[in-house]
Amino acid sequence: MTTQHQPDTFPKLLLRNAAQFADRPAVREKAFGIWQEWTWAQVREEVFAFAAGLAQLGFAEGDKLAVIGGNRPRMYWGMTAAQVLRGIPVPVYQESAAAEIQYVLEHAEAKFVLAENQEQVDKALEIAANLPGIARIIYDDGRGLRDYAKDKLCDFAEVRRRGREALAREPQLLDAHIAAARGGDAGIILYTSGTTGKPKGVVLSNDNIIITSRNSAAHDNLTAGEEVLSYLPMAWVGDNIFSYGQAYATGFCINCPENESTVAMDLREIGPTYYFAPPRVFENLLTGVMIRMEDAGRIKRAMFSHFMKVAREYGAAIMRGAPAPLFARLRYRLGALLVYAPLKNTMGFSRIRVAYTAGEAIGPEIFNFYRALGINIKQLYGQTEGAVFITMQPDGEVHADTVGPPAPGVDVRVDDDGEVQYRSPGVFLHYHKDEAATRGAKTGDGWVRTGDAGYFDRRGHLKIIDRVRDVGKLNDGTLFAPKYLENKLKFFPHIREAVTFGDGRDHVAAFINIDPDAVGNWAERNGVAYASYQELAAHAETYRMVGESIEQVNRDLAADEKLHASQITRFLILHKELDADDGEITRTRKVRRSTIFDKYGELVDALYSGAENRRVSTEVTFEDGRRGVIEADLQIRTLRPHAPRAQAA
Amino acid sequence: MNALPDSAAPLLEAKDISLSFGGVSALTGVDCDIREGEIRAIIGPNGAGKSSMLNVINGFYHPQKGEVWFRGEKRGKLKPFQIARQGIARTFQNIALFKGMSTLDNIMTGRITRMRAGLLWQALWHGPALREELEHREAAERIIDFLEIQSIRKTPVGRLPYGLQKRVELGRALAAESKLLLLDEPMAGMNLEEKEDMCRFILDAGAQFGATIALIEHDMGVVMDLADRVMVLDYGRKIADGAPDEIRNDQLVIDAYLGAAVQE
Repeated sequence: MTTQHQPDTFPKLLLRNAAQFADRPAVREKAFGIWQEWTWAQVREEVFAFAAGLAQLGFAEGDKLAVIGGNRPRMYWGMTAAQVLRGIPVPVYQESAAAEIQYVLEHAEAKFVLAENQEQVDKALEIAANLPGIARIIYDDGRGLRDYAKDKLCDFAEVRRRGREALAREPQLLDAHIAAARGGDAGIILYTSGTTGKPKGVVLSNDNIIITSRNSAAHDNLTAGEEVLSYLPMAWVGDNIFSYGQAYATGFCINCPENESTVAMDLREIGPTYYFAPPRVFENLLTGVMIRMEDAGRIKRAMFSHFMKVAREYGAAIMRGAPAPLFARLRYRLGALLVYAPLKNTMGFSRIRVAYTAGEAIGPEIFNFYRALGINIKQLYGQTEGAVFITMQPDGEVHADTVGPPAPGVDVRVDDDGEVQYRSPGVFLHYHKDEAATRGAKTGDGWVRTGDAGYFDRRGHLKIIDRVRDVGKLNDGTLFAPKYLENKLKFFPHIREAVTFGDGRDHVAAFINIDPDAVGNWAERNGVAYASYQELAAHAETYRMVGESIEQVNRDLAADEKLHASQITRFLILHKELDADDGEITRTRKVRRSTIFDKYGELVDALYSGAENRRVSTEVTFEDGRRGVIEADLQIRTLRPHAPRAQAA
Repeated sequence: MNALPDSAAPLLEAKDISLSFGGVSALTGVDCDIREGEIRAIIGPNGAGKSSMLNVINGFYHPQKGEVWFRGEKRGKLKPFQIARQGIARTFQNIALFKGMSTLDNIMTGRITRMRAGLLWQALWHGPALREELEHREAAERIIDFLEIQSIRKTPVGRLPYGLQKRVELGRALAAESKLLLLDEPMAGMNLEEKEDMCRFILDAGAQFGATIALIEHDMGVVMDLADRVMVLDYGRKIADGAPDEIRNDQLVIDAYLGAAVQE
């Protein structure tokens, strides 16, 4: 793992890949129903032409290029092109409303915008009217833009054409820029999704991304032969590592789905060998499989349940290479032939060598389901400030309840307050224009605070329980870790989201969001008619199911030494889904506790008042930005806590 | 798009149309013109003769009186497929897709009038037939991309929700690359979001595929936003014709349609 002679910037990596893997595929995109392919040599030509075109338009060293759009080859090329000119790409969450994007563009002082399509161009134009600093808006897909005023707007193809002309006149145009760039230079600014307050711009150096990518690729023996589906938001550090950093570092091929709604199908067609998805995706996939199995014929159902039992018993051990009885191996083989392989094929997981999940806790049943099928899914723990990797599970040391030992090159410690801290080659340079926040995040002796509470277990694996600042105390002085409880609740398929309260209270209470797909399917099956989420959520049977799940969580908690007082004694099912458009959760689906506390204060009071129901009206924002109000009469249920049990579950 | 000159050549002109079914007269002395490149709406209460008008325009009904001129030529009695060849495509109030076929195949059927290879080549699936198939497939894929229905390309349309079926039907009409596109209640039974999508597709279809569009629609908001000119029918007679603003303030229209709707 020597880093001395390795390329230390993305343009240099591109040159190396174009030489070393010239004819190997670098990017694929499905367009008009057919996968189009670009080799590394072609990508070099595209990137350099676009970079030269940008230079013609006045893009200079240190300028920021905001990238707003889905995972399109040209969006990725735009990022590299900016880096060629020693500028800094700033990818932005494309789903964000114009006001949110404006904050980021203003804060980053973006001069150029690369927008995917009309939707994003509309937002960019709206923003540009307020931010005179935006000189150009370049678009990839020109559909619907024919009648737009062209003063700031230009077509990607046009910029590329001008770049090609410039390069034809002066082939060495970009060489000096590329040679001058260093690994320690700022390479990219990634804005955090802003769980607390305004988003912060995390400035990562080229080294941060490239060395981390290289280390993590070595950890899992990733090669130029991997196939990856690039479907994660480009503004998220994960995509910057999995689809960009690691792809450049190892030379593997990324595949851009046709659009958001075809991801599942494209996954099946590509059959990635290396895959990342947040736990929610694995969860939804499993729910989908289970729902479809319930509709299957009797023989198939029996086969599925029989062989899944075999898989649960021996699958993980067989994958680990641990000893298993010969007969069990034979049965597993047969199961693979009849059930596991076809199932993996439908999910698009036939070729997966390594899969990771992170971001939230994953339910042990879900996690073990995939491992039992022979899918090597593992957990990692990371954050933007550390270029993702803090801990990751090596093959053979995979557990559902931990996030693994420290990743290669990373040191991790837990301080006296229980906070997890780390130092690594991925540690960010600073927060963009926010020295105070940078000082707050880095300790005096060079470690980064994660803000997460956790501890190392006996195996040396890190276990994360909650955010340090969210860990509170009940009035009797016992520990209250809301996220730990919420995760336990969310493991039930019909509960999508949960928010628990308990800090400074006598007991724990919860808001529940049901999963409209799972509960809706149940309703359909049982002939329960409903017209809306609200109606389904208020149904007596829904309350009964949720109540039973909470009972089960309470039984588990009763056995927990530290947390037995955290049993949930009161709950209600919210009348609307918590929504990022209403600011209740972040775009990455993390609960914004303070917003919810402010917005639903009267409901929280009702939970602790002993009332049986409460009438509320709530303002909602629709997807097109309009606002409305929904009213509901919410029921509140009370549960009796279980007596603490001494033994471990 | 609203600034079409009045002198724009009419693509289609229906003059003094009267149509009756036995003793029931569906249309009485209706004049209607559709200009090149515009979006023309026909509105009116239930049973006013809107669909009949559309059926006259596309030659499905033959009026007892009056004549239809299309692209400067008077039209005689033609079979529906001959009219399709002339360059008129339509969608239906009640969706008329091939339920068992995929979205892609349904859209491909819209290309049939443009297929030239002989039966033998088609059967052999070789030479000109194959080349032609590729061309048509590309055209179909452009429409799929345009309507953003990639995710249902291979799904049998019978399994799709109503709003998407409507979109597929529009796709099939677009596939014919017709001069004139007739849409019979393209937004009936849709929710607000689907309606907004459909509006955008109709507007863009005009711009991107150069189609002239005539549509029937009940949603007043949609009609007023979308159409360049609106014609109002009531009991088989034309009671008003003009720009959306004129129609909105026309007393006859308010009495016949808008007013009545409010009273209900």
